[in-house]
Amino acid sequence: MTTATSRQATASTRAPAGRTQSRRTPAHLRRARTAALFLAPFLLLFVAMYAAPICYTVYQSLFRMHRDGLGLSAPTQVFAGLSNYGTALADPAFRGSLLRVLLIGIVQVPVMLGLALGLALLLDARTTLFKRFFRLAFFLPYALPGVIGAIMWSYLVAPGLSPITAAAHHLGLHLDLTSNAMLAPTIGNMLTWGWTGYNMLIIYSALQAIPAELSEAATMDGCSAWGIAWRIKIPLVRPALVLTTVFSIIGTAQLYNEPAILHNVAPNLSSTYTPIYAAYDAVDANNFNAAATESVILALLAFVLSFGFLKLVQRRGAAL
Amino acid sequence: MNTALRNPARWVTLGVLVVASVYFLVPVWWLLVSSTKTNADLFSGNGFWFGHFAFFANLRQVFTQQGGIYSQWLVNSAVYAVGGAAVSTLISALAGFALAKYPFRGREFTFNTVLAAVLVPQPLLAIPLYLMFSKVQLVNTYWAVLLPSMVSPFGVYLARIYAAASVPDELLEAGRIDGAGEVRIFGTIALRVMAPALVTIFLFQFVSIWTNYLLPVLMLANDRLQPVTVGIVGWQSQRGIGPTAVPFNIVVTAAMVSAIPLVVLFLSLQRFWRSGLTAGSVK
Repeated sequence: MTTATSRQATASTRAPAGRTQSRRTPAHLRRARTAALFLAPFLLLFVAMYAAPICYTVYQSLFRMHRDGLGLSAPTQVFAGLSNYGTALADPAFRGSLLRVLLIGIVQVPVMLGLALGLALLLDARTTLFKRFFRLAFFLPYALPGVIGAIMWSYLVAPGLSPITAAAHHLGLHLDLTSNAMLAPTIGNMLTWGWTGYNMLIIYSALQAIPAELSEAATMDGCSAWGIAWRIKIPLVRPALVLTTVFSIIGTAQLYNEPAILHNVAPNLSSTYTPIYAAYDAVDANNFNAAATESVILALLAFVLSFGFLKLVQRRGAAL
Repeated sequence: MNTALRNPARWVTLGVLVVASVYFLVPVWWLLVSSTKTNADLFSGNGFWFGHFAFFANLRQVFTQQGGIYSQWLVNSAVYAVGGAAVSTLISALAGFALAKYPFRGREFTFNTVLAAVLVPQPLLAIPLYLMFSKVQLVNTYWAVLLPSMVSPFGVYLARIYAAASVPDELLEAGRIDGAGEVRIFGTIALRVMAPALVTIFLFQFVSIWTNYLLPVLMLANDRLQPVTVGIVGWQSQRGIGPTAVPFNIVVTAAMVSAIPLVVLFLSLQRFWRSGLTAGSVK
C-alpha cells in the first residue's frame, strides 16, 4: 500500500511538470481547491461524529456534578481535575471489569487466531477437498449479526433450554454454562465462534497471495508440508497476523454485546462485567462523568496494548 | 489419484475441517430447527432435531406480536442500513479519490488520521454522541442513527487505495484536456472505474449498520424507531416471564428471520467480501 501511494504521488506531481511555468500554478491551486471540495463532506462529518465526541468525552471526564446538601436546586457542573480518574481506578468493580477483559483477551485472542491460522493453512493446502464449502461454513457466523449470534448462544447455554446441558446430563454430567465460573469461558466461546471465520478469511487471502512457485521450489528441495507452512507461509502472512491481532485486541476491549445479552439468561452476570458495560450502566444512572472517565481509561488501555503490540512485533521483525 | 486417496495426511486434514465446520454450523442448525418448534417443544426432546412443525405459526406470531411491530423494525433497519451505507459510500468515494489523486499539503496527515480512526472502538463514540445529540434534540429520531452511520473511515481507506491503484492519471488528464471539469471527471470517469470498490464499501457499511446494536440501543428509546437488533433484544430481555412476555420460540424465529437478509447478501456478493478483507491485509 505504502509503495503504491508514494508511486502515485510522484506520478501525479510529475504530470503537470511538462507544462509551462505560468499555467502550472493556477492548475495546482485549482486542484487543491477541488480536493478540499471533495474532502469537505467527509471531513465535516468526521469532525462532528469522531473528533467532537472524543474531545467531549475527555472534557466530561474532568468535571463532576455538584449537588447541594438538600438537593433542592439543580446540580451544577464543577471542575474536578483528575479526581474522577482516581475514583474510577479505586472502584473495585471497575478494576475487576478491566482485569476480566484482560484475562478473556489473553486466553481467547491467541486461541481464536491460532484456530484461524490453522484452518487457513489447511484450506490453502493444495490437496484439500471441498475448499469452497469449508470456507463458507467457517465464515457463516460472521454473516449473522453479533447480537443475533449472542441471543442464539444465550439460549444454547441457558439452564433449562440448553441442548448442551441436556446432552451432558444424559451422560451423567452436571454442567451449568452460566455459573459464575463458566461465564468467562462461555463468553470466550461466543467470541471465538463469531470471529474465527472472519480472521481466517483475512489470513487465507494473504496466503493466496503467496506465489505458488515458492512452495513448489521448497517441495522440490525436499521440504515437508509442515516445513513449508512454518518456514515460508507463516512468515509471509505476518502482516495479516499482526492486523488481526490488533483488531482482536480492540474488539475485546469493547466487549459489550455478549455479556449484556447473556445477562438476560444469567442474572448472576453483573452489570459491571466489562468496562463498556460498566460505562453504559453509568449512563443509565445519569452519571455521565463516570461513564466518560471509564471510556477514556478503556480507550487509553486499548491504545497502549495495541500500540505496544505493534512496537513489539516491529522490534522482533527487525531482529529477525 | 490413487496415491492421493491413500495419503493419510489428506484424510486427517479433511477430518479436522469437518470437526471445525460442525462447531461453526451446529449452532446455526439449532437456530433453524428451533424456529420450527412450539415453545413447549423447545424445552423438551432433542434440541438438535425437529419436533412438532410450527414454523408458519411462529412466523405469523412474529409479525403480529405487539401490534406487528416486527415489520416496522425490519423497515427501520433497512432505512438505516441503505441510507447510511449509500451516503457513506458516496462521501468515501469523494474523499478517497481526492486523497489519491490530488496532491496537497497535509494529505498524508489527513490520511493517517483517517487510518487511526479505523482503530477507535465504536462504543466509546456512542456515549458522547448520545450526550451531544440529546442537547440538540436529535435523540429518538432517525437522524440519531443515520448521521453517525454516514461516516466510514474504513471506506475512505478502501476508496483511496483502490483509486490510487486503478484510476489511471492519463485518463484524468485526457478528460481535462477535453475540457471536463473536476466534478464531471469524478462523476463520469472515477466513479465508474472505482465501481467494484464502491460495492465493497457499501456492503461493509451496510452490514456494520444492520448489525449495530450499541449505538441504536442508546439513541432510540421509542421502539417504533428501533432497528431489528434492538427490538429482538428487547423481546429477549423479557425472559419469557409474565403474561405479556414474548415466548422463547418467537424470539428464536424473529432472530432467525432477521439474519436472512445478511446471509443472502453475503452468499450472493462473496467476491466483494473477499476484496474488502484482502485490502485490509496488504498493508
